[in-house]
Amino acid sequence: MSDATIDFIRRELSAQADAPAAPTPGYWKSVRQRLARDPVTIAVSLVLLAIVFISVGAPLVTHYDPYAGSVLARLKPIGTPGHWLGTDETGRDLWTRLCYGGRLSLLAGILPVTISLVVGGFLGILAGYAGGLVGTLIMRTMDVFYAFPSILLAIAICGLLGNGLSNSVIALAVVFIPPMVRISETVTTQARQLDFVEAARASGTTTLQVIRHHVLANVLGPILVYATSLISVSIILSAGLSFLGLGVTPPQAEWGLMLNSLRQAIYVQPYVAALPGLMIFVTSMCFNLMSDGFRSAMDVRLNK
Amino acid sequence: MTLGNRNRMLVFAARRILQAIPILLGVSLVVFGLVHIVPGNPIDLLMPPEASPEVIAQMKAAFGFDKPLYIQYLLWLMRALHGDFGLSVFNATPVWGQLMTALGNTFILAILAALLGFSLGIACGLVAAMYHGRWPDKLFSAISTTGVSLPHYWCAIVLVMFCAVLHDWLPAQGMGDDSLPLYDRLQYLVLPVVTLSLIPMGVIGRLVRATVLEILGMEFVGALTAKGLTRGPVIRHICKNAAPPVLALMGLQFGYLLGGSILVETVFNWPGSGNLLNLAIFRRDIPVLQATILVLASFFVVLNLLVDIAQAAIDPRIRR
Repeated sequence: MSDATIDFIRRELSAQADAPAAPTPGYWKSVRQRLARDPVTIAVSLVLLAIVFISVGAPLVTHYDPYAGSVLARLKPIGTPGHWLGTDETGRDLWTRLCYGGRLSLLAGILPVTISLVVGGFLGILAGYAGGLVGTLIMRTMDVFYAFPSILLAIAICGLLGNGLSNSVIALAVVFIPPMVRISETVTTQARQLDFVEAARASGTTTLQVIRHHVLANVLGPILVYATSLISVSIILSAGLSFLGLGVTPPQAEWGLMLNSLRQAIYVQPYVAALPGLMIFVTSMCFNLMSDGFRSAMDVRLNK
Repeated sequence: MTLGNRNRMLVFAARRILQAIPILLGVSLVVFGLVHIVPGNPIDLLMPPEASPEVIAQMKAAFGFDKPLYIQYLLWLMRALHGDFGLSVFNATPVWGQLMTALGNTFILAILAALLGFSLGIACGLVAAMYHGRWPDKLFSAISTTGVSLPHYWCAIVLVMFCAVLHDWLPAQGMGDDSLPLYDRLQYLVLPVVTLSLIPMGVIGRLVRATVLEILGMEFVGALTAKGLTRGPVIRHICKNAAPPVLALMGLQFGYLLGGSILVETVFNWPGSGNLLNLAIFRRDIPVLQATILVLASFFVVLNLLVDIAQAAIDPRIRR
């Protein structure tokens, strides 16, 4: 092959690699079209919308009080008149608890990802752009946190800080920050070395402008894709922390906590006891499939 | 001067081992720092309010909590390097012994779950890639997506419900008495091992499928077939090329099995390191807590180190 051909191939390849970072109106239109042709993504998005609706609009879909139980109505099976999903160990309506529980479960799952996206993105861009001592310091610190298995680190932080929703959010955010930093640092370092960014800096563009126009545009895509895939993990882990008694405290409704308190009832009402876990499973599965769907719809290389 | 292949491998291994030392030091600092983030002396939290100041001072001196923090850290680190993690503040027995028993029990689960999960994952991933786009591939991708979004503590509960509550097939609590015959004790392993193997199976299977598909698209595979190689040797070539990334992920997953079994151990009441950690958290037993986290995290670091070296041994390009 001649040099010109190699050059052409290289330009083609880099154009493809950069394509998601430089979206044109036509690009988003094609993403929408691809999503519209993907029945799985549409279906799971609808299921997620329904889950969000019954959580946020819980008072609209149930008239029971999520905290008021009745000793007489303890551990009723699924299909009991008045309690179609049965009742829990203190006689609270399970459907009501599941609806209200979605509020904290979704919050405790999504908030850590959002925090780690902002903090990790900031630290990664800082490390990649500043380089030198600052960059080394940030990256080596992250390496240390990488050395912990994620669940262990979350449990350790949450166990030591004490119970509560905010501590579980902090613990999970700390767990998710290092990979965010690593991804955004890598992309920033690459972007900084691109010829046109070099040229922009040479012609007097300020650091802030370079970061806003060139670095952020490149970093945002990869870390957003990563963040959406993290939500599913985050929901499982945050419910797991509550399940261990480290997250949300009783009598609040939260799926992980409900699963734990119903665990003792497994010999009495096995199906009722499994329901909160089913909610965690369905939600995390939907987030997973939705993230896969968006990723393949947005990835130009997969859709030639 | 050109180094021999063997020498380059040794240099790579030595460099990687040296890199692990600051990480391990950092890990010990984080573990120690985490424990002391919460204000208050661990002894103050444990003693009854009516205890006399002299007794409290005595207890602090006995457990070494009366010294400044950095001295405490250095003493703790020096002792930990000698395998001495002090006494549990809950029952005053040596932490080391408790930890070793618990780790042994966790290792049994983790190794069996890894063997089961990895072999199933590799087999499924390979089949899915070979039948790309046809029904085995679709079936597998459905199973693996389910596997990775399954909250394994819930899966544990469902398995208990099905195999121990609705049917009396398998025991679901603890690890059985020492006096039981081997066959009976093995039954206690089935449910926890199956539960723990689901996630590694899904994760490894997905990666094997993706890697093998990528390699199948490479020119050298076509060249091998064109050269007249039969299916068997071609698959062998593909496996050798797919090994490094899969190996790396296996190392990570094994680490997660060791450090992340706490939830499953809680459900099955398995007396492993996760259970110990859980108890230590609720008893605020600082020495046990520190030791368990430190040892599990160090395992993870060493495991990653071994994986890196193994990867370099398979693939010369990684040695640089």
